[in-house]
Amino acid sequence: MSGKFVVGYDDSSPARRALDFALDKAARQGGSIVLAHVMEWSPYTFLTPEELEERHARRKQEIARAETAIMGPVKDKLAKVDVPVETIITYGHIAEKLCEIAKQTGATQMVIGRDGNSALVSRVFGSTAGTLVQIAPVPCTIVP
Amino acid sequence: MRFVRKDNSMIFRLCAALAAYFAAALPAAAQGLDQAINQAFADYTGWYVSLIFAPIPGTNFSWIAMWLVVAALIFTFYFGFIQFKGFVHSIKLVKGDYSDPNDAGEVSHFQALATALSGTVGLGNIAGVAVAVGIGGPGATFWMVIAGLFGMATKFTECTLGVKYRNEYPDGTVSGGPMYYMVKGFAERGLKGGGIFAVLFCIFTILGALGGGNMFQANQAHAQLAGVIGDYPGWITGVILAGITFAVIVGGLKSIARVTEKVVPFMGIFYVVVSLLILIMNYDMIGWAFGQIFVGAFTGLGVVGGFTGALIQGFRRAAFSNEAGIGSAAIAHSAVRTKEPVTEGYVALLEPFIDTVVICTMTALVIVISGVLNVDPETGLYIWNAEAGRISTEGEVVGVALTSAAYARALPWFPVLLAVAVVLFAFSTMISWSYYGLKAWTYLFGEGKAKETVFKVIFCVFIVIGAAANLGPVIDFSDAMLFSMAIVNIIALYLLMPIVKRELGSYVSRLKSGEIKKFN
Repeated sequence: MSGKFVVGYDDSSPARRALDFALDKAARQGGSIVLAHVMEWSPYTFLTPEELEERHARRKQEIARAETAIMGPVKDKLAKVDVPVETIITYGHIAEKLCEIAKQTGATQMVIGRDGNSALVSRVFGSTAGTLVQIAPVPCTIVP
Repeated sequence: MRFVRKDNSMIFRLCAALAAYFAAALPAAAQGLDQAINQAFADYTGWYVSLIFAPIPGTNFSWIAMWLVVAALIFTFYFGFIQFKGFVHSIKLVKGDYSDPNDAGEVSHFQALATALSGTVGLGNIAGVAVAVGIGGPGATFWMVIAGLFGMATKFTECTLGVKYRNEYPDGTVSGGPMYYMVKGFAERGLKGGGIFAVLFCIFTILGALGGGNMFQANQAHAQLAGVIGDYPGWITGVILAGITFAVIVGGLKSIARVTEKVVPFMGIFYVVVSLLILIMNYDMIGWAFGQIFVGAFTGLGVVGGFTGALIQGFRRAAFSNEAGIGSAAIAHSAVRTKEPVTEGYVALLEPFIDTVVICTMTALVIVISGVLNVDPETGLYIWNAEAGRISTEGEVVGVALTSAAYARALPWFPVLLAVAVVLFAFSTMISWSYYGLKAWTYLFGEGKAKETVFKVIFCVFIVIGAAANLGPVIDFSDAMLFSMAIVNIIALYLLMPIVKRELGSYVSRLKSGEIKKFN
């Protein structure tokens, strides 16, 4: 059975491990990958008037930076493998957005790396992996 | 060696004597400076203040208050009571129900509203209400709420235009506000004089930014701090506030502004919660307080000026608090990412509701219930302090000190917290207005670092002046400048309102037909 894997990616080493894991699985199954980079953002935060004015310009810069610094290095690697890969750069609550992408793309699995924060840090600030386990619409693999 | 040492010791003694002299002379010099600034203020700005607040011949109702109220009424009728019909839709827009998920990361309706609110919610809600109730009696609250409700339609009109005619630059930044809709909107309608209107508006905005957006804030922040710490010269608060503002707007210390922007909304929510708490504690008096507000609205309850006194104070303070018709909100709201300018109008109409109808009413109710306004036990009417031209209050305090005293009756620790809140509110309003002023300044003189710095330095100097001056001249001058903005802005709104009506009609029909989709 060929599957589509949504991989949460931020160019960190856990994210690279998650991508390797997903690539391996997808290659075996003849499946594909949706590589998603989600920038944490909420429409309910407070900004100064200057920040409002510059927001649109900054968003453009942030997306450009994500394309070159985050997705750029991994594209060379992906060019060498025989797995179809689609990339998405977007904003939102990371876990919720990944679930949304999984639904929209008709993914069969989600794969993310684990940041390995201490129990206390995760308890206070929450963790993407922890949230995803609770709300994922499809089976979710967390790569240590 | 000995001689040198002797010389050193002489210098030391001389310095010590000088230090002692300055320590003794400084307070007197500072007080002298305060008085000099006050006098200069009254001398140079008095004539203009009189002109703006001149009464309509044969009445004691100032023409400018009438100007704002009539405008709010006209917009209310012209747009078919949009503030009531569109209220639920406004909330859905703020929640993001109609926001395209692909626009994530752009300025949301909520963010534009929150930023505009942090420029308006503040001292007007705390000090302004106390001034209105202190002079116009509890009845002023009624007229303030009425002005707030009608003002929602004005805000709708100006913010729709603000977004429609904003400038979008190649680098992605946006600039909007009345000066842009005056020029572009007038041209679209084939009207002449847009450029002159824009220049006039910018001049008044710069002066309003220095007045209401700056000096009034600094003045009241100092009054509150002096009330908690003990009396000290105003220029000290001014210099400190100016220093911090300078660091933010000139030095680019954005972290301070960011922290303030984040803390202020929570302070606002906390203020409402505490007000509600006090009202719940005195639930048996809420009915009575509303009674005082309604009766006072039409009789004055012994307040000199009676009905009109309450009306004028209510309208004046509402306009000063929610800035509907002033044009400032159109600057703040114009950065939102939307394809439909009218959606930002819908969102903006919530501003006077939150600011005036909710928060100002809370403050007024607490002041009335607390009993800080002195009542004659025999007649049941308020005691008029003819010398001060206001109701006699507990400790004869006025402005923010009156609000503080009212809250302290129920919660003795509140003045300290209020002092912190007032300083933060004042600071965030100053940051917002420094931006509005700067936008007007750069519109007039062009963009450029040196030109911008000149305005920012002037802005900081006025903080010191504002903190040092007396309440009377500062409040009058700041009101006069803000209302001057409203004169040109409202004329422009009248001329451009058919465009807003067309936008609204098109939006509503597409909303009904399902062409405009709900995303959430």
